Amino acid sequence: MVSQMQSDKLESPRQGFDTPRFDPDVLPPLSPALETVIRAETVTIRYGDFAAVRDVSLKIPDHHVTAIIGPSGCGKSTFLRAINRMNDFIPQMSISGSLLYRGENIYRTRCDPVDLRRRIGMVFQKPNPFPKTIFKNVAWGAAINGYRGNIDDLVEKSLRQAAIWDEVKDKLHQSAFALSGGQQQRLCIARAIALQPDVLLMDEPCSALDPIATALIEDLIDQLKKNFTVVLVTHNMQQAARVSNFTAFMYMGELIEFDKTDTIFTKPNKQRTQDYITGRFG
Amino acid sequence: MQPTIGKKLTRAKEQAILVCLFACALISVVTTASIIWILSSEAFAFFQHVSPLAFLFGTRWAPLLEPKSFGVLPLICGTVLVAGGALLIAVPIGLGSGIFLSEYAPPRVRSIVKPILEVLAGIPTVVYGYFALVFITPRILQPLFPGTDIFNAASAAIVVGIMIVPTIASLCDDAFRAVPRSLREGAYALSATRFEVSTRVVLPAGMSGVVAAIILAFARAIGETMAVTLAAGAMARLTINPLVSIQTMTSYIVQVSLGDTPHGTIEYQTIFAVGMLLFLITLMFNVLAQQVLKRFREAYE
Repeated sequence: MVSQMQSDKLESPRQGFDTPRFDPDVLPPLSPALETVIRAETVTIRYGDFAAVRDVSLKIPDHHVTAIIGPSGCGKSTFLRAINRMNDFIPQMSISGSLLYRGENIYRTRCDPVDLRRRIGMVFQKPNPFPKTIFKNVAWGAAINGYRGNIDDLVEKSLRQAAIWDEVKDKLHQSAFALSGGQQQRLCIARAIALQPDVLLMDEPCSALDPIATALIEDLIDQLKKNFTVVLVTHNMQQAARVSNFTAFMYMGELIEFDKTDTIFTKPNKQRTQDYITGRFG
Repeated sequence: MQPTIGKKLTRAKEQAILVCLFACALISVVTTASIIWILSSEAFAFFQHVSPLAFLFGTRWAPLLEPKSFGVLPLICGTVLVAGGALLIAVPIGLGSGIFLSEYAPPRVRSIVKPILEVLAGIPTVVYGYFALVFITPRILQPLFPGTDIFNAASAAIVVGIMIVPTIASLCDDAFRAVPRSLREGAYALSATRFEVSTRVVLPAGMSGVVAAIILAFARAIGETMAVTLAAGAMARLTINPLVSIQTMTSYIVQVSLGDTPHGTIEYQTIFAVGMLLFLITLMFNVLAQQVLKRFREAYE
């Protein structure tokens, strides 16, 4: 697993710092008072010759839920995985432009992906608990990161935050595989927030779940934005409309429109967005 | 509608192919069955003269000398000494190579290293025995431990260890690569380093595959013959000292087969008794490995 990272703009020393200027092209309605957590500037991500993401610029605000929607293959997952450098494991991946996390360039050589992922957690499409007990699943990340506090308290707090404590408190030492899919996914969320990350990336977290489990996770996402910045990739437009504050619409690797969720779903600026949300394609 | 001549011919050809393939499969089954039959009938004849208890628990093995004694424990002891020593060497190296190949090596390095390991598995075992006898014992063991016999268990253990490294490395690599990518991603997303992912997620998840690899390698080490015969000598004794000459079950069979022991004598029958025991031990380990592997396959269902 080798990643070849080439970064056109990354070497310049000024690049690593976010300028607080308001860029009307990138995010028209977002009040400058909102703090930007992730900022992408003309980010292009290639797999070999194929550009999966092209020239994407956007700002993701603090303590809100930002949804990225778009048809399959539009590059939304690729973009999401670039934020915590999970794409590093894909050979032939290259990225240009700049991607900043709180002003720090994520792809600068000084940035350690292991540290970055400590701040930017991730929940995957399919629940992927470790083949360990429920307790160990949550405690694992804290343990390898040298957590010194009371591990029992941390596990309980994380499971409570992920709204699964009541269901698992009596079987903490049973295998995580004994849980249902929806429970496993909430366990994975608990596992991610046990590290107390700043940002939580969610890559279609409900696509493998039934409607009831999905509703539970959506409620949970709404709770999570109190403590975390959530970036949610979903191909379910209703889900984006229900849980997110801001929505980015991507199509064919490009960012078509990024706005308040209400605006995107009621009076989008671009015809293509209109077509997509009304189900004319995708 | 009548089938055409061509269709009929095709059907006959299909039948012929079926018969040929069935014959191929049958040959190996019949061979195995006859080996078991010969082993057990000769071993049965042997146990008419020697009680199985005296055979299994006797501590002196001297079937060719007077007074005769048929305690197989010294041979088992020699075998375990060599196979156990081989595992001590092969498990760390094989496991390390397996982790390297599956978790660390870039595809290009992997595509070079894996064939090299397989070449290592293809070297004739007699070459390993010779290597032990003319290099490992005089150049490494004797300078380090003066008084080492020229034939000794340690040199045999070392070469058998090298010999089974590819088995362990390759099977461990397979076991680790069978661990779903989503588990690794989950661990990386929790800020794990590559080493933490390898040792704390991939290794435990692939553990039953690793155990099966070790069991299979152990079975192979027990059955290894040529290298051990050359390197370890032919002195059956009950010892745990690896620096003296010993004899394994396999090398005893070689010794008698090469000698002028007449057919039908009890001395001759001993090799079938020993062979039967060897067969049972190896079979047991193979079945054990299969069981462990089966459990491993169910892990992520």
